[in-house]
Amino acid sequence: MSKSSAPSAPKPGQTDPSVIRNFSIIAHIDHGKSTLADRMLQLTGVVDERSARAQYLDRMDIERERGITIKSQAVRMPWTVGEGVEGVEPGTYVLNMIDTPGHVDFTYEVSRSLEACEAAVLLVDAAQGIEAQTLANLYLALSADLQVIPVLNKIDLPSAQPEKYAAELAGIIGCDPADVLQVSAKTGMGVEALLHEIVRQTPPPVGDADAPPRALIFDSVYDTYRGVVTYVRVIDGKLSHRDKIKMMSTGAVHEMLEVGVISPEPVKAGDLGVGEVGYLITGVKDVRQSRVGDTVTSQVHGATEPLGGYKHPNPMVFAGLFPIDGDDYPTLRDALDKLQLNDAALAYEPETSGALGFGFRCGFLGLLHMEIVRERLERESNLELISTAPNVVYEVVMEDGSRLTVTNPSEYPSGGKIAEVREPVVRATILSPSDYIGVIMELCQSKRGQLQGMDYLSEDRVEMRYTLPLAEIVFDFFDQLKSRTKGYASLDYEPTGDQAADLVKVDILLQGEPVDAFSAIVHRDHAYSYGVALAGKLRELIPRQQFEVPIQAAIGARVIARETIRAIRKDVLAKCYGGDITRKRKLLEKQKEGKKRMKMVGRVEVPQEAFIAALSTSDSGKDKAKK
Amino acid sequence: MPSALPDGDPAPPDGALPGPALASLGERPFGLYVHVPFCRVRCGYCDFNTYTASELGGGASRASYADDAVEEIRLARKVLGERGVPVSTVFFGGGTPTILPPQDLTRIVAVVDEEFGLADGAEVTTESNPDSVGPAELAVLREGGINRISFGMQSAVPHVLEVLDRTHDPRRVPDVVAWAREAGFDEVSLDLIYGTPGESLEDWRASLDSALASAPDHLSAYALIVEEGTALARRMRRGEVPVPDDDDLADKYLLADEVLEQAGLGWYEVSNWARSDTTRCAHNELYWTGADWWGVGPGAHSHVGGVRWWNVKHPAAYASRLAEGVSPAHGREVLDAETRRVEDVLLRVRLREGVPVGVLDEAGRAALPAQVADGVVSAEALARERVVLTLRGRLLADAVVRALLP
Repeated sequence: MSKSSAPSAPKPGQTDPSVIRNFSIIAHIDHGKSTLADRMLQLTGVVDERSARAQYLDRMDIERERGITIKSQAVRMPWTVGEGVEGVEPGTYVLNMIDTPGHVDFTYEVSRSLEACEAAVLLVDAAQGIEAQTLANLYLALSADLQVIPVLNKIDLPSAQPEKYAAELAGIIGCDPADVLQVSAKTGMGVEALLHEIVRQTPPPVGDADAPPRALIFDSVYDTYRGVVTYVRVIDGKLSHRDKIKMMSTGAVHEMLEVGVISPEPVKAGDLGVGEVGYLITGVKDVRQSRVGDTVTSQVHGATEPLGGYKHPNPMVFAGLFPIDGDDYPTLRDALDKLQLNDAALAYEPETSGALGFGFRCGFLGLLHMEIVRERLERESNLELISTAPNVVYEVVMEDGSRLTVTNPSEYPSGGKIAEVREPVVRATILSPSDYIGVIMELCQSKRGQLQGMDYLSEDRVEMRYTLPLAEIVFDFFDQLKSRTKGYASLDYEPTGDQAADLVKVDILLQGEPVDAFSAIVHRDHAYSYGVALAGKLRELIPRQQFEVPIQAAIGARVIARETIRAIRKDVLAKCYGGDITRKRKLLEKQKEGKKRMKMVGRVEVPQEAFIAALSTSDSGKDKAKK
Repeated sequence: MPSALPDGDPAPPDGALPGPALASLGERPFGLYVHVPFCRVRCGYCDFNTYTASELGGGASRASYADDAVEEIRLARKVLGERGVPVSTVFFGGGTPTILPPQDLTRIVAVVDEEFGLADGAEVTTESNPDSVGPAELAVLREGGINRISFGMQSAVPHVLEVLDRTHDPRRVPDVVAWAREAGFDEVSLDLIYGTPGESLEDWRASLDSALASAPDHLSAYALIVEEGTALARRMRRGEVPVPDDDDLADKYLLADEVLEQAGLGWYEVSNWARSDTTRCAHNELYWTGADWWGVGPGAHSHVGGVRWWNVKHPAAYASRLAEGVSPAHGREVLDAETRRVEDVLLRVRLREGVPVGVLDEAGRAALPAQVADGVVSAEALARERVVLTLRGRLLADAVVRALLP
């Protein structure tokens, strides 16, 4: 009744909005979104099961050969509904499945993707329940007025608790538990019914076909072969491949080289009409010229009012990135230049550190964005990097009324003329089993959090809302939360403004020499513990020298913590190995190699590893990336 | 597990040396090292090239060892040509050389004398375990021309010996020293190890006192080195015994130097003390001064005129090479002038005479004042244009070397 590989499928540019259904899938990272998407591609006949694998392999090859990254930001799928499906007019529909970036630092990008849809499939693992980030994205979908279609996945798992979690979802979105669909993306069970349900529940797009064209950019990706590929949802009018287009935030005009849809390979089209979702290529080489959230119109007879909601991405978290091998500095610069083509939110400028040499001060949307950038730099350009502890942006108000924006502790004004320091705050949502309410409250309190509210999602799961300084989140909040709740709690946060706080800059001195890489802006109440912890850590990490080395933590000229590295007393190999002088010489060469990797702070030799180890607050950086 | 051989260039099958190296032979003292790679048991800390009967496997045996060694000495003679190079030192090391019948060792000495000629007053040493010789063996060794003996005493404290897997009764040491004196050995040396897990400072003092009670002519005191791949390293990793502490080792070194100097044994190399200049170990000094020596036996290292080479490690491989008339050398390296200079600094700095300042390059000389200021290089010796380590400097010799070399 439904399998249709689409001779009758409507063509791009000639599709009646009434048969278009635009939707996203909101899900936590391992709740089965891509499996479900694959299953939908198969069922709609866009990809058949056998070629799915082959095609995937082909793609890998193409990627390898040409360095092209093909993504399915928005896939167009025909879906024919036969007679007898309740509540649905029989006929062939066009489903556009729009991908959403799946993590906490990209709330704005998620909101734009959702803005391009009329419905969201809320996909939740029937064995785990909803996670904080999914909940946050659900709220975004609800505030964008999307129809929410609740679905439990993995109902074939023995550990699935569909009744419990259906009740939970029903409680959150205010529906009947019986309306929560149950599927297994893995086996395909229930997916066909879900597709029908998407057709039934998703409102068709509404727009003015005769108005000047307006299309929302919900993603833009740099491809070495084609330049920037911009993904759009047409709201009004028509985008034609013959048009010159204008980006409404900047007024920049571009030649249109190609428009099309993805199904799942790019398919050229003449036009894109009201409600349609597709891509356009203009030949620009930098995603910053094609920004998510911007409105595309035509140069001639274009729209005068952009669609609402455009925001310029502002970095929230800053850190220094330094190559471990100083010779890699030019490679790092080139790698950042290249990465920025594909990442409009990444900001950077050169920075010189006494301890770490030449590098870049980089701005990120958040911690995870930072992890991703760092991983990509290291992997794609074969670099080894050290990053300094991330910090947020501070507004320092001086007594003379002047203001200073501080993104690096080294820029923090010294001397006592500071009237006020303001720091960014976020609204954090934490979902957790209710057993951990106590430990979470304790943690949030120690991180200067203010409880805003708490709700039970179900009998034993709770949603807690806090305002917290972003600096605390950036420090080690997530690691702490995970370890104190045995990994059960999940976290989401979004910036809500700033607040005045009693902040100080703590410097770390080795033998009286400040080590810039370790300076940090912290709350006065935490300055002592930060100083003690870092000085203690460095005492463990810095090898003993021929002389005694004092380590001090200081606020201005006031020393708040002190440790001493005792002078080394023995550094000699007692014996020679029966005339094996070669072994002894090689040992010396190895020691000298090690010495070359040392950074000198005054006369103190500090191994690079000591900086790295001291700068990593914990070894769970990888966990953050999985958030 | 014995430790690995260095990487190097392949050695030629006939063992031939480059012309320039050969030409300089005779400009420096020449010695022979004879490596006897057998032990009754393997001690837990040892990574030397040595094998117990059960580790040895087929194709090699203790019985045929002396024949193989003799074969290599004859090869050495051939490689070094007809030039007169009297042998000033012979040193039997191991392993446990005295695990062999004493006649095997004396036969080797005789062949050395026959092939090269022993120099007047040549020093001929064997290492020995206190429990591997008695008066009869000692008499045979002495009669066969071995005039110096070094006993692996290691410690006088039973629980320390136990951790080291040493099997001898510490009370036997004064006896074997006395027997060696009776047999007519000119010099008796004792080896001690400090820093064994569980050894207290008082244990160490007891070992020093006990060694001194035998009035040795020479004493070596080595800090225990925990080598990768040894049983001791494994025990340490499992947390069964504590890891040696550098401060403890430094304390014990300082105690040793104090006690030994008081007893009339003066340091002449970082880990070696002698009653007088004439009772220094002349063979060991070959190593520290860049002299020439041929290392005979499996895994033995040699040096002639800036060429270093090393033999295959396993006794079976060693024996079969010689049986085929092929040099047992496994690899070698030909040192360039700068490497020889580096080695010269690296080795001589350990000696009481130190390194002539002229051996250092400009940067090395520029680094000297800071080393004096840190109290590791003697100001007094520097005034005489020599780099000599202070007592504190001896404990930091490797750091000083890194500071003085590029």
